[in-house]
Amino acid sequence: MRAIWIALLGVALLAGSAAGASQGGSVDLVAYSTPKDAYGKIISAFQKTQAGDGTSFSQSYGASGDQARAVAAGQNADLVALSLAPDIDLLAGKGLVPKNWAANSHRGIVSDSVVVFVVRDGNPKHIKGWGDLVKPGIQVITPNPFTSGGARWNVMAAYGAERRAGKTDKQAVAYLYKLFKHVPVQPDSARAALSIFAQGKGDVLLTYENEAIYAEQKGVHTEFKTPKATLLIETPVALTTSGLKKPAAKAFYKYLWSTTAQKAFAAQGYRPVVRAAAKGTHFYSPPGLFTIATAKLGLNGWTKVNQRFFHPQKGIVAKIERSLGG
Amino acid sequence: MAADAAVVGAPSRSRAARPGGLALGLATGYLSVVVLLPLAALVWASRGQGPAEFWQQATAPEAVAALKLTLGLAAACAFVNAVAGTAIAWVLVRDRFRGKGLVDAVIDLPFALPTIVAGLTLLALYGPGGPFGLDVAFTRIGTLFALLFVTLPFVVRAVQPVLLELDVEMEQAAASLGAGSFEVFRRIVFPNLLPAILSGVALAFARAVGEFGAVVLISGNIPFKTEVSSVYIFGQLQSGNTSGAAAVSVVLLVISLGVLLGIGGVRRWRTRYDRV
Repeated sequence: MRAIWIALLGVALLAGSAAGASQGGSVDLVAYSTPKDAYGKIISAFQKTQAGDGTSFSQSYGASGDQARAVAAGQNADLVALSLAPDIDLLAGKGLVPKNWAANSHRGIVSDSVVVFVVRDGNPKHIKGWGDLVKPGIQVITPNPFTSGGARWNVMAAYGAERRAGKTDKQAVAYLYKLFKHVPVQPDSARAALSIFAQGKGDVLLTYENEAIYAEQKGVHTEFKTPKATLLIETPVALTTSGLKKPAAKAFYKYLWSTTAQKAFAAQGYRPVVRAAAKGTHFYSPPGLFTIATAKLGLNGWTKVNQRFFHPQKGIVAKIERSLGG
Repeated sequence: MAADAAVVGAPSRSRAARPGGLALGLATGYLSVVVLLPLAALVWASRGQGPAEFWQQATAPEAVAALKLTLGLAAACAFVNAVAGTAIAWVLVRDRFRGKGLVDAVIDLPFALPTIVAGLTLLALYGPGGPFGLDVAFTRIGTLFALLFVTLPFVVRAVQPVLLELDVEMEQAAASLGAGSFEVFRRIVFPNLLPAILSGVALAFARAVGEFGAVVLISGNIPFKTEVSSVYIFGQLQSGNTSGAAAVSVVLLVISLGVLLGIGGVRRWRTRYDRV
């Protein structure tokens, strides 16, 4: 019974903090979970600037898709920072974010990352390229692409890398079938995948470079390899229609591309998108970097990729999952 | 005075036996708002683009595989709890030992622990890097362990009060008539406990069917192998397939309701003489 009261109290506190936020110079930031530390630092730096003096923030972090659905269902948000452009497009479709949200000089992209291989200390299984993942006996950990939006980057990196190596569409899809046979566990999120890998399961973890750097910072005994061909992960932010009416929110949005803010992203393992901030950082740019919109590799943006690969019933990955137990 | 009380007491007791209109209204009103309304909304959301689509969503091969696994695990979990939970309740009521109060308090801890923490802890314990070298994580056995952990209190707490109330003289009488201890248990104790065990089993089963947090980490989520319904439903939601998620949820609820009604029916039949 007491547990119920404590839970109710928690709900009341959450509701209270959400309700008390939308007054005066306050900004509601709704973001996906991994850049929490980076945003914390950027916000305190912003509050020290003239533009941000006296601005208060209410911050909400969670899984990207959940956050998008919460905002669509009415959660207050002035600024949304999500892991995939389609999550922001979902809000644009509901009129909560202007349709032209990507129309700034950085296309609405605030930070980059790449898909990397995290391996055990010393790389005992000599994993360097995509071909090594499907060698006999190798166990690959990657989240379930249906529960984790982020896991979709991994799948598309694998597909695109095969295409870049000269394979046809059919061969690249066949590679995905082969790859998933090497996946013994499909955790529900990127962070869960990392903790399962840290527990000792698997030989290689597919994840984002910033997660790999996070693991190193937390002292997990791993190292990471950036394959020669990999996918550039681009994470977007957008002002909502309510945010566009708030000078403080607009100022903060602009501040995200300042050198200070971009350096804060870099310190947390995200690749800055502003050249001045990239100075002095050591992000390796592989020769075969491609994006989700590299048309010559058969990648035509998230809308088409989601439809073809991740449709819950008809998608290629749904068929792959089905073939596993078939 | 005593006679007066008895005279006055009799009709008032019979009146109290039937809830008044206000109490009944409050109870059903509360039940509607808190439980029935959300369930109705779920059914509404599951209609999708009509019954054909509902059927297609609910009978997708992954959904059916997940459903079978979930019900199988929940049944196994309910059975183990019926035996182990009764034994624990027995020890707590009938035996005297040091630290009994502490053990009694520990029983409820699985309820207090956020289930995702339970999942994380069990993973550390039963995973590849675990201290016992017992690697059952990402298997059905590991998933069952997680379910047993979160459902432990149900049978124990259902059986304990009944066992406390149970008249020891009945057992002594049976023993004096020559019944062995097993026969006393089988013919006196067990029939008295059975309704309570069944209540606990029903709760444990229902909880196991719906559990998410404790199993999402340890189950491994491989479709057809270790993916349970709650995780499958979560995946459909995350992929934007709301009506599919709702359809599978409705099937899960209907089957659970059937099982709960069945257990309730057995329980009512067992206690039919208590309600004359």
